[in-house]
Formats: sequence, C-alpha cells, structure tokens
Amino acid sequence: MTRAPLLSAQGLNVRYGAIQAVRGVDISINEGEIVTFLGANGAGKSSTLNALVGLVPVAEGRVLFDDQDITDFAPERLTPMGLTLAPEGRRVFGGLTVEENLRMGAYAVNDADRRMAAWDMVYDLFPILHERRKQFAGTLSGGQQQMLAIGRALMCGPRLLLLDEPSLGLAPKIVGQIFDLIALLRERDVTLGIVEQNVAMALEVADRGYVMAAGRVVATGTAEELRQTDRLSAAYLGEE
Amino acid sequence: MDLFVQQTVNALALGGTYALLALGLAVVFSIMGLINFAHGELMTISGYTLMYCGIMGVPFAVSVPLAISAAVLAAVAMERIAFRPVRGGSGATMLITSFAVAMILQVLFQNLISARSQAVALPQILSQSVHLGNVIIGVNKIAAIVATVLMLIFLDRFMNRQKTGIAMRAAAEDFAVARLMGIRANTVIAGAFAISGLLAGVAAVLWVSQRASVDPLMGFTPVLKAFIAAILGGLGSLRGAVAGGFMLGFIEVYLAAFLPQEFQEFREPIGLGLVVLILLFRPNGMIPSRFLGSIKV
Repeated sequence: MTRAPLLSAQGLNVRYGAIQAVRGVDISINEGEIVTFLGANGAGKSSTLNALVGLVPVAEGRVLFDDQDITDFAPERLTPMGLTLAPEGRRVFGGLTVEENLRMGAYAVNDADRRMAAWDMVYDLFPILHERRKQFAGTLSGGQQQMLAIGRALMCGPRLLLLDEPSLGLAPKIVGQIFDLIALLRERDVTLGIVEQNVAMALEVADRGYVMAAGRVVATGTAEELRQTDRLSAAYLGEE
Repeated sequence: MDLFVQQTVNALALGGTYALLALGLAVVFSIMGLINFAHGELMTISGYTLMYCGIMGVPFAVSVPLAISAAVLAAVAMERIAFRPVRGGSGATMLITSFAVAMILQVLFQNLISARSQAVALPQILSQSVHLGNVIIGVNKIAAIVATVLMLIFLDRFMNRQKTGIAMRAAAEDFAVARLMGIRANTVIAGAFAISGLLAGVAAVLWVSQRASVDPLMGFTPVLKAFIAAILGGLGSLRGAVAGGFMLGFIEVYLAAFLPQEFQEFREPIGLGLVVLILLFRPNGMIPSRFLGSIKV
C-alpha cells in the first residue's frame, strides 16, 4: 500500500477577478521528493503555489496537507503545520537585519530547542548569513538575499518548502550555488516544490515535474521523462 | 539668550508631545494604511479619566496610569469594533470610518459628560517652576520632556528587541510575507493600536498637565498638528514622525516667541507656510518611509 502524498491538490482553480489563472490543476508531492513546476510566464505556476499556502484564495478545488483539508487555511496557520513558501522576488524584510529576518522565520516555533536547531542549520548552510547577521537585509546582494529568503523559510522547520523562482535575476555562478543548496536540503529531509524558469537546472535536481501552460498541467512525469518529451518545449513556445 | 534657552525648553516639551502623537498615527498607518483621525478622542478619553479620578480623590500617581490604560483599552476596542470590519478596504473607507468614530465619541462626550470645558485637578508641583540662573522652567515642561524621552526609549526597545515589535516592523514592510512567517494579522494590528493608545494616553496626560482642563474636542487640535508633523516627517516612517513632531514644536514656539508683534496674528499661516516650504524641497518628508505604497493587509 502506498502512502498518501504529503501535499495534494485536486481540481484547483484560482481566479483574479475575471481572469482565471489556474484551471483544474491536480498535483501531488510525496514526502522526501523534489518536485518542480515548469512553464512559460503566466502559465499559472506561481498562482498555484500561492494558492497552496493560502496567499491567494482557492476558487474551486481541494488542498490536502498531511491528510488534513487546508483549502481555506490562512498562511499563518500553515507555517506552524510545516508548510511554507519562499516567495518570488525574495521579499526579504529590507529594513530588518539578517538576524531579525531569520528570527521572524522562526516566529511560529515555540520550542526553544527546535529554534536553536534551526539557527544552527541555517548558519551552517549559509555561513555568509552569520557573517552578515547584523547588517540590514536590504543591503545584501541579490544572491545573499535569496539565501536569506530560503534560510528564513527554513527557520520554521518546514516539512514541505515551496520555492518560487529561487534563481530569478541571479548571476549564473550564484544560480549554481542555489541549486547546490537545494540538493543539500534533500539530505536534510526537507521536501521541496520548486517553480523555476531555469529548466535544465530544475530537472537536474528534481525527481518529478509538472509542466504548465495557460493555467493547466499539460505534462507530468519524472525529471528524466520530461527532459526527453517535446511537450516541454511546446509549453514554453506557447503551442499548448 | 535666557529667553532663547527658555523657549527651547518649551519647544522640546511641545514638540515631544506632538512627536508622541505623530508616532501613534505612524505606527497604525505603517501597518494598516489607515490615518486614524479618532486618535484625538483617545486623548480625550484619557483626559476625562484624569478628571473623574480627580473628582473621586484618586491620587495623581494612580490616576496617570489609569488614564493611560484607558487610552490603550479604548484603542484596542476601537480596532476590534470599528476598524476590523473594514480591514483591507480602501484608504478612503478606513479614513471615513475613523472620522465617524471620532464624531460619535465627541457627541457621546458632549451628551454624557458636558459640552463645556471641565477642570482637571492637578498636583501643585506641576504648576511650580525651577529657576536655573535667570531661566525659569515649568515643572510640567520638564515632566513632558522626561516622559517623551522615556517613551521614545521604550518604543525603540520594543520595536527593535521584542519579537512582537520586530513582527510589527516586518508586517509594515510586507504583510503577506509576514503572514508566511506565521505572524497573525490580528496580533500585529491589535499591537499597533495598543501602542498608539499608549502614546495617545501619555500625550494626553502631558497635554492636560499644561492646561488643567478637558473638553469634548480636546483631542482635535493636537492630532491635527500631529498629522501635519507626521506628513512633515514622512508619512509611515517612525523616525520621521518623531523628527516632524519636534520640528513643528520648534516652529510654533519660536514663531510665538520671536516673531515681531505686528506679525503675531499671522503666526499660524507663517508656521504652516514653513511646513509647506520644507515639503517643497522634501516632498516625501524629512525622513521618508521606504515602504510607502507597499502592500497592506
């Protein structure tokens, strides 16, 4: 008997006024997996992620996390349950220091030992953040801000971490570092869902993927299968 | 020179009170995008608490904390009853709501207490003064400056060291991401109102200490001034609110003291003209908020 996925969404629809961003999407993420969401701009990837964590309302459909119906849960309820998102564009708190940003990441963690473990893990993964801990986050470079955004999301000890475009706008060398880090996170038992425009990199670290176009899932499979299918390029060229 | 020192002390006392009020407006605005014009009525509630405490013979040392607590409770109740239902509404909706709250409270004060100004019993010491050489400084002015400094230190500690304070700064920058951290919207918004109530309560005690009376419209003028101060400093910026409050206090007191007699009747327009002049050169205020226009609740 197979175990239920850690997170699943059935018939997910997201609307912004008259615009339908996500149309009947079914997805699932199993414990220990890295799942990537690919597709052109406006395909509905970010909207899907935002709906999963409650940042935008689910118009129709159902979201289950750890066998619990979380469809209408607000983000602040999901974080303590172990589901969080590092949003697109990093969105670190620029007027807060690095340390304060991380402290906010652990806001929902009441257990002091768990908090200490999170500090150790994040500073261990990102020594640069420890070095810069007294500095305002707004003064960090783009790559450092992305590390802070991921580190901040890790502070709540998530079981499932969703990353929205972690490599966007970063220099190629830094992109490599971010993906090395994602590979490291797998060893720390963090399950990951990643929206990425860097297809080659994403398929290299991911186990499975979903290809989206115009708000729908148009292809799914293992990373290996997706690398070979021509539906992937079709989705990007807008032929779907 | 002695006159100058004395007027500077007066300016610090008045400016400090404006700064506390402007800070109260700024804390709520930075988080909710709401200019709370009912902030003045929080002051009035504190003033009436002082008045009733005086009538009942409560010692001043007890009535001051009671008056401040009354403003804090009223601020939290205001948020819960009036502002939570319109949270996420447009700026105009929230602004009109705050006017409505202010007017309802003013009418209640007029009908339930008195439309006329009521005397507030103050301890003798507040009307005494200290002689330093040729400079005469009122004890109430010294008290105002000390109270302002203590409040600013407290607020700085709270916003920079306490988890809730840091969460309020985070929410002021990016509310959606703050919620992703598990920070509850109700917590930071109620916290912002409680802080604004605390600041209004302290400002009210200082305001009443200079006047020894309270009336239903007591809060209107100081909060209007605080609003000007907040804009002058940079709307939504906490440091700006403090700077703007002191700047306005200095402008008002120095004009009253040093403007030639024949121009005194134009004191207010000249003062506001100076404010406009500063804003011409610094349209976003003296210390602008970096997050103005960021996403609110």
